[in-house]
Amino acid sequence: MLRGHNITRRWGGLVALNQVSLALRQGSVHAVIGTNGAGKSTLINILSGEIAPSEGTVELLGQDVTRWTQPRRARAGLGRSYQRNTIYASFSVLENCRLAAQAMHQKPWHWWRSAAHCVISTAIAAEVAERVGLSALLTRPAGLLSHGQKRQLEIAMCLATQPQVLLLDEPLAGMGAEETERMLTLLDALKPHHAILLVEHDMDAVFRIADEVTVMVNGAVIATNTPAAVRLNPLVQAAYLGEH
Amino acid sequence: MSRFKLVFVGLAFLGMAAFPAVAGSYGVDFVTKVMVYAIFALSLELLVGTTGLVCFGQAAFFGIGAYAVVLLSPQSDAASVYCLLPAAVACAAFFALLVGFLSLRTKGAYFIMVTLAFAQMAYYVVHDTPLGGGTDGIYLMFKPLLGAWLDLDKPLALYGFTWACLLGVFGFLALLNRSRFGRALAGIRVNEQRMRATGFSTYPYKLAAFVLSGAIAGLAGFLFAVKDGFVNPELMSWHLSGAVLIMIILGGLGHLRGALVGAFAFALLQDFFKSEAVFGSMAKHWHLGLGLSIIASVVLLPSGLVGLPQQIRARLTGRSQTHGVDDAST
Repeated sequence: MLRGHNITRRWGGLVALNQVSLALRQGSVHAVIGTNGAGKSTLINILSGEIAPSEGTVELLGQDVTRWTQPRRARAGLGRSYQRNTIYASFSVLENCRLAAQAMHQKPWHWWRSAAHCVISTAIAAEVAERVGLSALLTRPAGLLSHGQKRQLEIAMCLATQPQVLLLDEPLAGMGAEETERMLTLLDALKPHHAILLVEHDMDAVFRIADEVTVMVNGAVIATNTPAAVRLNPLVQAAYLGEH
Repeated sequence: MSRFKLVFVGLAFLGMAAFPAVAGSYGVDFVTKVMVYAIFALSLELLVGTTGLVCFGQAAFFGIGAYAVVLLSPQSDAASVYCLLPAAVACAAFFALLVGFLSLRTKGAYFIMVTLAFAQMAYYVVHDTPLGGGTDGIYLMFKPLLGAWLDLDKPLALYGFTWACLLGVFGFLALLNRSRFGRALAGIRVNEQRMRATGFSTYPYKLAAFVLSGAIAGLAGFLFAVKDGFVNPELMSWHLSGAVLIMIILGGLGHLRGALVGAFAFALLQDFFKSEAVFGSMAKHWHLGLGLSIIASVVLLPSGLVGLPQQIRARLTGRSQTHGVDDAST
């Protein structure tokens, strides 16, 4: 569903990504792991269209989207979440989800009609809030949610655009054990309907949920395989897992 | 809109409507001027408070609206408001389209400086060329007519017309803020990156807001020129761009009623510090008093004058004030 082919990104003389290729399939979670500075976030930024690659191509649902803008890719079915919370703190949970859903039903020229009266966006917003377990908190300002709930809301906002591919940048960052468990259950439930790219530092979670793992070091891929095979890969052990 | 806000806004407009019944000619003229400033402040509120774009060249659109009135009016007869008003608004909107098209490619401090630079360019066009009459400005010989029944040369007619324009602009922006367009602008203000990742092409939204803002400032400029019957380059100066920014900060950013309150507060403070009856010979240094009082209000009222009731309530109940912008609020 999403394919990156020989993606390279240079910042002046620094090669942040070097000939990285990967493919995401529906119904699977593809994790990308690596130490800080390995190029994981640059990869996710290039796949989502936030920054352009120096070389290489990105295909989404069989179409070359390398030159597409980020909003266009999002509307074509690519959802992403960020490492840091990017929710709208002063909006309610429902409003956050509705605004995200509105991206697919924009109609900005309907200036006299309240956004709250958009039946489709509101229905989608309520549905995704329920899917992530926030249906009891629809009217609560997002800024008052716990950290775990905010991360759930991030996922809900991604889902509100009805994407087929999800790029999740450290969705478990800063979570406690209980919140992590809740998020993993959620990701498990999302897996059958989406192709998921998961950038994550929590190795236990990665090896529990991922179907495929790509290991990056210094902007290059050193291994892509099943979690079990990656765990036994001596290169990976030396470069990353051994330190863990 | 909460009941309190609705009552406040309703009473404010009713009060303004009834004001000429109890005020003399000075009062009517003063409130007409303030209502024009309030429309001008609302135009900037759409950019700064709603969209998060700090424009420091708003006076250019105001000035273009004002100059259009004088330059497009016939020398020997009164023009029709039906022609002149759309023309003045369109001129300001067109200039806003040009400025926005280029300046919205920048962000933050660069955006502020680029909008200031465009405004200064407009300023020097009217200041240094025969087109704008130079520093002397130009007089409006005949004030426009609204049909045969409403002569804007009459203070009460102009007062009523300005009041109706203010009500129209306020109502329009209140609806706009609640619409999908307004919510998208609020999202852009809070986190543009997230909006793009969600699927919003933010540039057209910002450009549309910029042009709308310019058009509303042009309307204010139109009313100002009709009221004073005179335009000069100062209408496009950075001082006025700064003054209108102060109005919305003073009133409370992110609230339409803040622009209303801020325009009144600013004009009252200005008149107070200019008063020779109060300050004697010191009145000529009115900028100093105005500046100090604005600094004090910004320090003491971080949410502006509209945040004052909440601040008092928080003080009385001993709770810390909850911050955060009340999105799409009136």
